[in-house]
Amino acid sequence: MATTPTREVARRVFAREFNDASYTFKESDDDRAPVYVLLPTGQRANRVFLVGTLTETEDVGEDSEYWQGRVVDPNGDTFFMYAGQYQPDAASMLRELEPPAYVSVVGKPRTYETDEGDVNVSVRPESISQVDEATRDRWVVEAAERTLERIRRFNEADPEDPDIDEYIQMAHEEYGDDVEPYRQSVVGALESMEDAAEASAD
Amino acid sequence: MSETDLRTHAEEIHEQFTDQLDIDVDDVEERLDTLVNEYKVPASEARRSVVNTYLDEAGMERDQLGGGGGGNEQVDLADVDAPEEWVDVRATVVELWDPRADAVAQVGLLGDETGTIKFTKWSKSDLPELEEGKSYSLRNVVTDEYQGRFSVKLNRTTTIEELDEEIEVGDDSVEVEGALVDIQSGSGLIKRCPEEECTRVLQNGRCSEHGEVEGEFDLRIKGVLDDGQEVTEVIFDEEATEKLTGITLEEAKEMAMDALDTTVVADEMRADILGRYYRVTGPTFGRYVLADDQERLTGTVDADELLIKARSI
Repeated sequence: MATTPTREVARRVFAREFNDASYTFKESDDDRAPVYVLLPTGQRANRVFLVGTLTETEDVGEDSEYWQGRVVDPNGDTFFMYAGQYQPDAASMLRELEPPAYVSVVGKPRTYETDEGDVNVSVRPESISQVDEATRDRWVVEAAERTLERIRRFNEADPEDPDIDEYIQMAHEEYGDDVEPYRQSVVGALESMEDAAEASAD
Repeated sequence: MSETDLRTHAEEIHEQFTDQLDIDVDDVEERLDTLVNEYKVPASEARRSVVNTYLDEAGMERDQLGGGGGGNEQVDLADVDAPEEWVDVRATVVELWDPRADAVAQVGLLGDETGTIKFTKWSKSDLPELEEGKSYSLRNVVTDEYQGRFSVKLNRTTTIEELDEEIEVGDDSVEVEGALVDIQSGSGLIKRCPEEECTRVLQNGRCSEHGEVEGEFDLRIKGVLDDGQEVTEVIFDEEATEKLTGITLEEAKEMAMDALDTTVVADEMRADILGRYYRVTGPTFGRYVLADDQERLTGTVDADELLIKARSI
């Protein structure tokens, strides 16, 4: 593995946590070093994989095409994504897809500071595919599993411990100690699956 | 052939017939001695011949013969875990390597359902040639160990019998699951160098070794499976690619011909498989998993247990 740079794992995260991940950092001073967002549950993310419902697409570009897509997770929280001329495949998917549709998206987290000083977190998609409901359901359970695992590690870590995981430490410093909203988004997402299962059983 | 080797063979044969015939070890040894030392028959052939004589006398078929090569345990290759044990194995010759010393007649890799192991056959043992891809019953081989790795050595007393059945070789196959998050360049309809033993993928009609060549079409996908914790690079060969995408090599060629562009094939494949979940099994090759078998994960997943856990934190 020493000769090939390892590819970044695509993190699974619900929109509420993703949109709160406004703190970005690099691991080295190199201009081309990857930029990470820090997830509030204490893990760095340079790539995400998400599946949800594409509810709206819009060309928000002024001179050239610049497509915005809104993808909603089971809690009703929204991932925003933007694709322009440098993401031609993703841009053409957003141009062509008719919402609503289930889509899976592989992409990079990007942050943008508004004039008001708020930091918006969005996805710059590498690829967008139209998928079926089974794929969406599998992602929801997977994202719930990975998020719970992060919460468990976060809760077990002691901020006073000098050997604490550096990203958990960083999350404590940047976002504080409260990860309860993210546990709630796990519960909410899984409950919505149960409801759907019961509804289809009736 | 030395006296002791003949004696070992004789004792083993005697052992095999002890329930059926009242034979004498010395008698067995004498018969072997005649064949080996007077008629210059190889030991394994002599043994076979002597065993056949006794089979006739006892009115038995060969497969009724118990005890293998003399009461050795028949072992699975994966279970070889100590040196200097006399064992019997049933295995396929996976590979033959070039012997680096004159003392070695053949060296290579044996495999059975449980795994693979190196074998060495000494020149002085005077044993028949093993052929790659064929399955054999090898009786009376000795295990050896070098730096924690085990091997088996064939020796003068080893008997080699080719099997009619094929022993399947299990490999160090792994199973990976995850979302297919990327299809890398060099996927889809590709051209390979036609030079013998080359098969390099051409870049703009050129082979990095043989220059400009008339390439041969092939299908391949280099994909990345990601489960949120680990990424695994997977290579699908022509057969696996066809199974994965439903596109045959012929269809891919037609698509490329219609579009006057080979990249349409990879684009079409991307649309069908990217962003979906798969389970792939196959052997590893460097950092790649070579897909032997694959399955799209479409079944429902159970959320109950996870929900209970999420509520209890």
